[in-house]
Amino acid sequence: MKIVVTGLGATTPLGGDVKSTWDALLAGKSGISTLEQPWVAQYEIPVTFAGQAKVPASEVLTLQECKRLDPSSQFALIAAREAWADAGAPDVVPERLAVEFSTGIGGVWTLLDAFDTLKERGARRVLPMTVPMLMPNGPAAAIGMDLAARGGVRTAVSACASSTEAIANAITRLKSGEVDIVVAGGCEAAIHPLPIAAFAAMHATSRRNDEPEKASRPYDVNRDGFVMGEGGGALVLETEEHAKARGAKIYAYLVGGSVTSDAYHITAPDPEGSGAARAVLAALDQAGAKPEDVAHINAHATSTPVGDIAEYTALKRVFGDHLSNIAISATKASTGHLLGGAGAIEAVFTVLALQERTAPPTINLDNQDPEIPLDVVTSPRKLPEGPILAISNSFGFGGHNAVVAFRSYE
Amino acid sequence: MALSKDEVLAGLAELVNEETGLAADAVQLDKSFSEDLDIDSISMMTIVVNAEDKFGVKIPDEEVKNLITVADAVNYIADNQ
Repeated sequence: MKIVVTGLGATTPLGGDVKSTWDALLAGKSGISTLEQPWVAQYEIPVTFAGQAKVPASEVLTLQECKRLDPSSQFALIAAREAWADAGAPDVVPERLAVEFSTGIGGVWTLLDAFDTLKERGARRVLPMTVPMLMPNGPAAAIGMDLAARGGVRTAVSACASSTEAIANAITRLKSGEVDIVVAGGCEAAIHPLPIAAFAAMHATSRRNDEPEKASRPYDVNRDGFVMGEGGGALVLETEEHAKARGAKIYAYLVGGSVTSDAYHITAPDPEGSGAARAVLAALDQAGAKPEDVAHINAHATSTPVGDIAEYTALKRVFGDHLSNIAISATKASTGHLLGGAGAIEAVFTVLALQERTAPPTINLDNQDPEIPLDVVTSPRKLPEGPILAISNSFGFGGHNAVVAFRSYE
Repeated sequence: MALSKDEVLAGLAELVNEETGLAADAVQLDKSFSEDLDIDSISMMTIVVNAEDKFGVKIPDEEVKNLITVADAVNYIADNQ
């Protein structure tokens, strides 16, 4: 059974939809800016910038949707609706439509706002929608309700690997024969003082407060941590048979999706990269492909000192000398790190790279780390003609590794 | 000083507008919250707790089910402030 991508959606720090995001990415723009919220100074947050959604959800959704959905679910709904419309809003059997949609953290705004309300105003003032708004399956459930998906609505949670895992899980659902079509992806809305303070406390995030647009700099010698972003991404995935029967536009094949775990350290990547390498190899194996078939990688590359090297080590194990022939893009340089939404928007970028035969640039690479001799794309680069493969990697706290592989559609 | 029923109605209409986006002038005494204004139980609870703050009244949960129309709510608030 072959699986194809027929719809894409995104709302990101670069743009409110796929086209504006992709155009800004190719133009080398940064979506990172200084946070103007009063809580930054009020709580002395040591990190004063992030990648905020370019288009606020309140400009897209109704007042009622904004009141009843956590910001993470708002991004999810925006991305999923775009992807669904892009797929032609197909007329499907609801029982054969599923959702695999992730978040890394869940409804953190709702949870913490509700706790503030409880402390300041008492239990009676806690909103009746608090529970469905804070639950991590809230985004998937919101999409499921919106699209009337009755074939199963699930949420994989594996920190920053979550939405890549969601896409991998979609393959399993489609191959089971139980469903014909899956809306997959992920979202995050964690630009809240607590998560920012918590990531800063573990020194995971960049503190380049004076140059926010240069703070996310994967592979650069002066990288000092990731930059939090927010938004969501969605893909409509279906069997090729189903897509062709309805005359759908096809972007690419989804040919592999794999999940492994390190069991090494709760936050640090395995420096040998063996778990990540196994995930790449398993995704290629599912694709029936060889490492030499891969022309492009959208790397996890969060701009942390150890993470970028560990991923390079893993890639070197898999690809050997062929690694120097692969165009590597680290798009978090522009978008920031959307945590549970990262894999989804990067899968969108990977699919577009194959369809448009263009690898997107990695900005802020002023002085490449000599320990990471990858062929990093720094301005939009043409990818080879003919059938080619591209992969997208995501890794998460907890030792999660997830990889998806796409093949160009001829 | 106690508010008049007209003032309560105006204040309640503001709360309905904030919660649902419905135009304030659609909130009239003879309208039913659920049938005419399409306000479900979740929005109703939010409007009720906000009304408690705004008008300084207590509206017990068991009373909320009796507030069928806008007039029911205006009368309850005006009589209990």
